[in-house]
Amino acid sequence: MKKMNITKTTKNNLITYLMVLLAYLAVQMLLLTGNISSLMKGLLVPLCIYVMLAISLNLTVGILGELSLGHAGFMCVGAFSGAFFSKCMDGLMPDSLRFLAALLIGAAVAGIFGILIGIPVLRLKGDYLAIVTLAFGEIIKNLVNVLYIGKDKNGFHFSMKDSISLHLDAEGQVIVNGAQGITGTPHDASFTIGIILIFISLFIILNLINSRDGRAIMSIRDNRIAAESIGINITKYKLMAFSISASIAGVAGVLYAHNLSTLTALPKNFGYNMSIMILVFVVLGGIGNIRGSIISAIILTLLPELLRGLSDYRMLIYAIVLIAMMLLNWSPKAIEWKEGLKRHSKKEKEVK
Amino acid sequence: MALLEVKNLTISFGGLRAVDDFNIEIKKGQLYGLIGPNGAGKTTVFNLLTGVYKPDEGIIRLEDRDITGLKTIDINKAGIARTFQNIRLFKELTVLDNVKVGLHNHYPYSTIEGILRLPKYHKVEKEMNERAMELLKVFELDGEADYLASNLPYGKQRKLEIARALATKPKLLLLDEPAAGMNPNETGELMDTIRFVRDKFDMTILLIEHDMKLVSGICEELTVLNFGRILTQGKTGTVLNDPQVITAYLGE
Ligand SMILES: Nc1ncnc2c1ncn2[C@@H]1O[C@H](COP(=O)(O)OP(=O)(O)OP(=O)(O)O)[C@@H](O)[C@H]1O
Ligand SMILES: [Mg+2]
Repeated sequence: MKKMNITKTTKNNLITYLMVLLAYLAVQMLLLTGNISSLMKGLLVPLCIYVMLAISLNLTVGILGELSLGHAGFMCVGAFSGAFFSKCMDGLMPDSLRFLAALLIGAAVAGIFGILIGIPVLRLKGDYLAIVTLAFGEIIKNLVNVLYIGKDKNGFHFSMKDSISLHLDAEGQVIVNGAQGITGTPHDASFTIGIILIFISLFIILNLINSRDGRAIMSIRDNRIAAESIGINITKYKLMAFSISASIAGVAGVLYAHNLSTLTALPKNFGYNMSIMILVFVVLGGIGNIRGSIISAIILTLLPELLRGLSDYRMLIYAIVLIAMMLLNWSPKAIEWKEGLKRHSKKEKEVK
Repeated sequence: MALLEVKNLTISFGGLRAVDDFNIEIKKGQLYGLIGPNGAGKTTVFNLLTGVYKPDEGIIRLEDRDITGLKTIDINKAGIARTFQNIRLFKELTVLDNVKVGLHNHYPYSTIEGILRLPKYHKVEKEMNERAMELLKVFELDGEADYLASNLPYGKQRKLEIARALATKPKLLLLDEPAAGMNPNETGELMDTIRFVRDKFDMTILLIEHDMKLVSGICEELTVLNFGRILTQGKTGTVLNDPQVITAYLGE
């Protein structure tokens, strides 16, 4: 019995890894044979970013059971801290090492923001996280838009007004230029790196879920009072899940920043629309279902592009797919049907 | 020396004195019953003992240690575990995992060891699985170890809650209406299980119950609560024949 249980989750996780690997190989084939439009090529790295955002948000929403509406805010924090680091260190250290450090810094900074928000908010009983993360996402985006940082011989200069108030000397360089953001971040991102980062994120999330800490996190989700009564430290495990989720979003942000020549904080990329879109990926893929998040992030990102030819009907079909996915994942009938399938296949196995 | 010693425990909700001057002494290894009509304050006593509510007055001592006002998780670490009147399982976790969450504080490994699947992870998880299966066997739940807790029938859910509480290695086990919703057959089985748990785990048990057959069958001593106050206290036989208790139950 116990053996079977373990192999079942392991098998499930293997399928998830394998799915990502196959998607990667398929894309590589298409790239090699040249059967891929330049538009699609441009979507490959964003796809990896969306997948990372979706699975990390699912850790908060599905595994911890807390609603976060500011996931894009953590991505934003990661993007700017990673890009800032890369701009400062460009040419001063080997590129690959610098990029690796940028990824780690993005993860750390976003994680710290996660802890800073989590400490006051996650202690409260009730759904305060949604409103606070929503505010956080918007505040961060607006803050970045008025942030000026420059560097010269005398070190770093900060201002919240304009680049002139930085008072840089002649050789000084503006790194973060308010609404113009960061320009000239080295282009280190690639599809392969994106896939590697997805694998690492998956490895962390899936192994966390299937460990002692993951069980504690899910026990809080399922019944906080019971979890407390058996000695589970609620605040600790909520913070753990939330900050890991934020860190991974931060890494996605670093990848995002190193895929563009100019990084600016717009409502489109770091606003609450983005946070809601990631949440839609999670909800449609199935709350708590990591593999579902990957699939829905891919489908919902590619679909509008694939349907471009059908210009007029594009949004119509998109809407239909959204509704169909929702029905498939959430209608009681469909759930019953899926449960039935599972039970059926199990019975067959037992008979054998 | 008493394992649990409670003196003058009192709490009010608004104007209502839900528990008023509650006193109890439970010796190690005892099977003790807390009874009383609906709304008498029995569950509130459990909530006070486990730190869900902080008492307005009174002292709670466990093995002579003052645990009054401690947080719920620290009270569990001090040695009190409980079940709930309205079953509170981790519904989306398997039966096995429900018990493993109970084992959490006794089988540690770090987050890093868990994520990187270092040898300690495998070793501790294996020990946890073995221990959890042992506990499930006691309650004849080992066959359902990989079911989701929410898929268990009602009676087994109550048993799983007891197994999960026992996993925390308590000194005192509090059971809130363990037989609620069970048929006479299941109740009979449950009585055997409770006795078995007391003997095998050397456990002290305080239970709330409405089923008089169960109470008179397994409890050695009783405390009767009525409107938040102790009506009477003592040996089960004496208490159940007390005319005051009979009126309280039948209503005036
Ligand atoms: N958190 C609370 N706030 C206000 N009143 C409460 C609260 N908890 C309990 N009470 C009240 O305290 C009284 C005792 O409730 P309690 O649940 O302890 O009764 P009980 O003896 O367990 O009853 P039952 O046999 O129905 O479970 C009731 O009148 C109840 O309404
Ligand atoms: Mg009650």
